[in-house]
Amino acid sequence: MITATPSIIGDLAVETDGLVKTFGTTRAVDGVNLAIPRGSVYGVLGPNGAGKTTTIRILATLLRPDGGSARVLGHDVVREAAAVRKLISLTGQFASVDADLTAEENLLLLSRLLGYSRRQARRRAGELLAAFDLTGVARHQAARLSGGMRRKLDLAASIIVAPDLLFLDEPTTGLDPRSRSALWDIVRGIVADGTTVLLTTQYLDEADKLADRIAVIDHGRVIAAGTRGELKNSVGSAGIRIRLLDPAHRSRARDLIADHQIVVHDEPDPAVISARVPAQQRAEAAGELAAYALGRLTGAGIGVSDFALGQPSLDEVFLALTGSQAAPAPTGRQAIR
Amino acid sequence: MTAISWHERPAPAGPAAASLAFAWRSLLKIKHVPEQLGDVIGIPVLFTLLFTYLFGGALAGSTHGYLQFLLPGTLTLAVVFVTVYSGVTLNADLATGAFDRFRSMPVWRPAPILGALIGDIGRYLLAGGLVIGLGLAMGYRPAGGAAGVLAALALVLLFASALSWAWITLGLVLRSPNAVMSIGFVILFPVTFMSNIFVDPATMPGWLHGVSDVNPVSHLVTATRALMSGTHATPQVLWTAAAAALLVAVFAPLAALLYQRK
Repeated sequence: MITATPSIIGDLAVETDGLVKTFGTTRAVDGVNLAIPRGSVYGVLGPNGAGKTTTIRILATLLRPDGGSARVLGHDVVREAAAVRKLISLTGQFASVDADLTAEENLLLLSRLLGYSRRQARRRAGELLAAFDLTGVARHQAARLSGGMRRKLDLAASIIVAPDLLFLDEPTTGLDPRSRSALWDIVRGIVADGTTVLLTTQYLDEADKLADRIAVIDHGRVIAAGTRGELKNSVGSAGIRIRLLDPAHRSRARDLIADHQIVVHDEPDPAVISARVPAQQRAEAAGELAAYALGRLTGAGIGVSDFALGQPSLDEVFLALTGSQAAPAPTGRQAIR
Repeated sequence: MTAISWHERPAPAGPAAASLAFAWRSLLKIKHVPEQLGDVIGIPVLFTLLFTYLFGGALAGSTHGYLQFLLPGTLTLAVVFVTVYSGVTLNADLATGAFDRFRSMPVWRPAPILGALIGDIGRYLLAGGLVIGLGLAMGYRPAGGAAGVLAALALVLLFASALSWAWITLGLVLRSPNAVMSIGFVILFPVTFMSNIFVDPATMPGWLHGVSDVNPVSHLVTATRALMSGTHATPQVLWTAAAAALLVAVFAPLAALLYQRK
């Protein structure tokens, strides 16, 4: 009996090797190496201008790379572009629907292009409009839809035939928080149906909530890649935040907890301290630290009103890696365009 | 979500079906944004009224007499001017996310451009029909009858769709729709005015007469006049068809190449 070893290449949705794209003197993509496994959400995180969109456009066969190579689902994006196009869908950074056409007409047009008969196209468009809660606006021009609805239509258009790989280029940029979480739910559903998603985002919370694995990209290069946990561990240690009932006890609390292993900081809030074990890499470290700290405080009769533990935020990871602040998540107000 | 996923993939639309789908898209755009017909309606109406009443008295002694001479020329002029918008619209369309999606789909590559051109021919038909309808209302009487007028219109549409490839090429090269329009008009003004549309070239200085004689627009206008007045037009029709074929032979492959590289 022959035991088949699954081919590593066959398991990858995207594999790039030293991908380069230059515009004039700017190296927008400067040697990007990615290995994206099938069947998950892979997040490409980076500030504006990092090269995320250019990378996606190369992988979606819209741009030819100037150097390096890229394979999507086993096919070379330049030499086998037609084969790649049969397996992917693209939801571009600005909604990839025709603003002049109605929601329904957009879906009908794309269904027809994908080869459905007139009747099948109608049925498919109706199903998708219903599933995405867009039936009420089916006859509205896409330009008149809200940002969230247009994005939903965009996603619906991308799964007329469920693609093997879906590119989502900054899917929630400019959306209000409610539309964002609605969209995240849809993306999770698409992934559950077996589609691999390559997501670019400049929002850390989006990568944190959706992506199983993340590549951080800056100045056209991948500067870190791994699972969320790996990225966080690579930067900092587990930590806790404690809010005291009485701010006057803060300095005593700090002295009680701090020792040669544990570093304690005062937070800007006068009742809050944070504690870390810098050398600690283990996942359970935060829990041990919390038990220790709470025990010390309770023993000394210092009241605690609130308390939180966890790994460093992706924010801190991002800051440590790129030396710059990531974009803040949109608030309701900013999202109104 | 499972219910909404269709994993079976039909065979994508073939070249003809895909082009027709894009032609349908053009028609839908006209339906939803009828303002975009402003040029297609404005240019023929303005040209027909303006040039007839402005030049008629001076050039031919009467507007009625001039109209008999001018109308086939106005038909050509108006439709040829409207062709520039093929490039303008394509240029604007290329910048949209919708076009990115089309280009990442398993669809015959030239289909979006060809489909748009089919839609544009509908616009040319509208522009031409307006000139003819308005001319008839103003007193133009074609001796060639309905058959002659329709043959002339068909010839103008043939040349216009061939010329569209030049603007499509320009639309693929230039960075903004405005640039396509400016350059298109800068080319079209001399090309159309240095012809026999408005006056008999015999009245022009020798060099201009020479330019007018080789200008394909002059051949088209002569053929149109002949067809509409029911006289012999075969050589001029052939000249025009040859010019159209040359335009397509040069610009269609160029456009295809540029589009492929985009």
